[in-house]
Amino acid sequence: MIEEGLRQELSRQGVVTTTLEELYNWGRKNSLWPLQFGLACCAIEMIAASMARFDIARFGAEVFRPSPRQADLMIVAGTVTKKMAPQIVRLYNQMPEPKYVIAMGVCAISGGPFKEGYNVLKGIDRYIPVDVHIPGCPPRPEALLQALMTLQEKIGRQRLTGEGRARHLDADAPGEWPIPEFGKHDLEPPRNPALWQPPAMTRSE
Amino acid sequence: METLEQLKARIEAAAPGVRVEIVPNGNPANPASLLVDGGHARAAAAFLRDDPALAFDYASNVTGVDWPERTVRERIKVKRMAGGVEREVEEVCERKTPAYLEAVYHLYSMSRKDGPLILRLRTENRTDRVSLPSLTPVWRSCEFQEREIFDLYGIVFEGHPDLRRILMWPEFADHPMRKDYAEPDDYEYEPTPHDAVLARARGHYPGGTQP
Amino acid sequence: MSARFSPPELAGTDFEHPLLEVSLGPHHPSTHGVFRMDAALDGETVVKLKPVFGYLHRNHEKIAEKCSYLGSMPFTDRLDYMCSLTNNWGYALAVEKLTGLAVPERAEYIRVILGELTRLINHSAVVGFLLQDMGAMGTPLMYAFREREKILDLFESLTGARMMCNYMRFGGCRCDLPPGWIGQARGVAAKFPLFLDEFEALLTGNEILKARTEGVGVLTPELAVNAGVTGPMLRASGVNYDIRKVDAYGVYGRMDFRVPLGERGDVFDRYMIRILEMRESLKILDQALRDIPDGPILNLNAKLRNLRPKPGEAYGRIEGPKGELGFYLISDGGPNPYRYRVRPPSLINLTVLEDMCLGQTIADAVVILGSVDIVLGEVDR
Repeated sequence: MIEEGLRQELSRQGVVTTTLEELYNWGRKNSLWPLQFGLACCAIEMIAASMARFDIARFGAEVFRPSPRQADLMIVAGTVTKKMAPQIVRLYNQMPEPKYVIAMGVCAISGGPFKEGYNVLKGIDRYIPVDVHIPGCPPRPEALLQALMTLQEKIGRQRLTGEGRARHLDADAPGEWPIPEFGKHDLEPPRNPALWQPPAMTRSE
Repeated sequence: METLEQLKARIEAAAPGVRVEIVPNGNPANPASLLVDGGHARAAAAFLRDDPALAFDYASNVTGVDWPERTVRERIKVKRMAGGVEREVEEVCERKTPAYLEAVYHLYSMSRKDGPLILRLRTENRTDRVSLPSLTPVWRSCEFQEREIFDLYGIVFEGHPDLRRILMWPEFADHPMRKDYAEPDDYEYEPTPHDAVLARARGHYPGGTQP
Repeated sequence: MSARFSPPELAGTDFEHPLLEVSLGPHHPSTHGVFRMDAALDGETVVKLKPVFGYLHRNHEKIAEKCSYLGSMPFTDRLDYMCSLTNNWGYALAVEKLTGLAVPERAEYIRVILGELTRLINHSAVVGFLLQDMGAMGTPLMYAFREREKILDLFESLTGARMMCNYMRFGGCRCDLPPGWIGQARGVAAKFPLFLDEFEALLTGNEILKARTEGVGVLTPELAVNAGVTGPMLRASGVNYDIRKVDAYGVYGRMDFRVPLGERGDVFDRYMIRILEMRESLKILDQALRDIPDGPILNLNAKLRNLRPKPGEAYGRIEGPKGELGFYLISDGGPNPYRYRVRPPSLINLTVLEDMCLGQTIADAVVILGSVDIVLGEVDR
């Protein structure tokens, strides 16, 4: 590791120093290609974020790919219903590693205002791992841009070797996530127990 | 538009055997509806659409409603013998309202810029005799809406070209909009649980409040 | 020596012509949401097409039975999420019919102004999405969203939210116009015709647009009426039925505007109807912004919280940007509605999707779907 003072002195002389990790992560985080995946109202704010006023293109994420095989960021924008949940997990499985998920809007985080619905999945993190959650109903396009920047910082901190390295470099990490099936009354299983546990109730009255 | 009494008379003349009743609206400023019996509903509907003076060519809205059985307690006056003298006394009496599923059709006329006329069709009960004639052959706009009523309420529309579930997945077995539908128990977390929600949430953590 | 390649005789293969079954969606780039079309194709021609939806069924009607009347108002925002204010208006109208509440004049004018602004953003976005479906990857949409942002700024300064405005109340509106809002709205309405001229200059005479939309997806007026189609799709087929004229709800009876009608009922007519309706909306906006009176914005007898209408039922409908948006309410005297039903224009307009797509190519099916203008929040509720 190069000392920061030395690094700055060198950069003033026109010599750029970096580590392989930084360079690798820098390339990945500044060219995230989102999957064009809008479910509901948040999709309109996502489209507004890609339009001229808010301009997601300056973050490198302009290219919304329709096909999951070519995307590496899935922005789950909108309410996830139980009818749609197996398709979302299937799409997530089809994305190649490294892949990231942003849960945009309260509906994707926990079911949102529709939490009491019989057809509403109470949060997409019941079946797929989520990296950044954006609250809001709908979150403003600026909030989506902040989430993108948070994700970029997270990618920038990812390690390539050693304990806790990024999932796509870890041979033991799961490659595919199980797809729920339609049951007679609910999805089966109602959640992926390896991924999501109901949170503790802190009030006990 | 003609009054409901006139319409009732004309429908009864055009579709012999039909039983039409006028169902008043609780709020008299809003229109009352016509209750038509299931056996002759399609003939009555065809008359309403084809008659040149009425021309109800546009079925705007088809709604399903669930009326489960309710116990109504009413105070009614009855004559009772009391001390040798017959007098009128008020008694509280309980009766059960009939249980049925209902399909409500809002009809308008686009050619005459008229409406609404509200038709109601009722099933016989909520359990096994839940079929009604489909009005899709008369008004195509009923197609998806009757499928939705079949999906969410369970009314079977006879004569519908393609009766299958429309909003829920095909393997789903319940009729969710019914009043007695029990939702799957899957929102374990509430920020401020109390009463029934708290009791149900506690059931998910058999050892205490930790998962 | 150059011999033309000739493939070997494949003995014993007698392919019949099976139909190719294609499922478009529920995830597809046509940006209408999670909608699926099961199509059976003979080559590229559509032989059968069944729409499948329910992927955004969020149980709005069931949740409304547990909420109070006012509590359902934010949910109506999320029905047709591009046009939240007209949804609010439809619901407020239905409850006002149920309770017999009158609306003060200033509130009616505010409703008309916001309703027509919503119509502008909806129609410009629809044209933008239609062009995107045709392959003009994003540019008309960028122009449309540029204007949309100006109008969303107006909404935000008035209601506090860009999209989910939750502004109408039973008997009027939630809060009064801030000072200077009318001037800003006038500014937006004055510049909008320039945008429309620019848009039309780029699009209406465009050969590719004409080749892809003229004669495609024809809908006859008789089928449109029988299938309950309403809105710009109905008027493109030539049927003169605009609820703003028929019911004259609000103060539309005082407004001077025409109802544009189409001739052939194809996709091009639906596109032109939307452009012409935007111009008529601007006329209504000018009149409303000029004539808006001072006064209260909420009926003094309006009871918002703990509203318990007398038992009865009412059906209130408005001409939303997509068609007739109706709300049917049955009250049993309690604080929650006994039955709350939304009559979704997008769902009913989809009834004729198959009829319009038969005999067309699969590429046309996408364009026809774009011209129907569906929003899944409304179709599935």
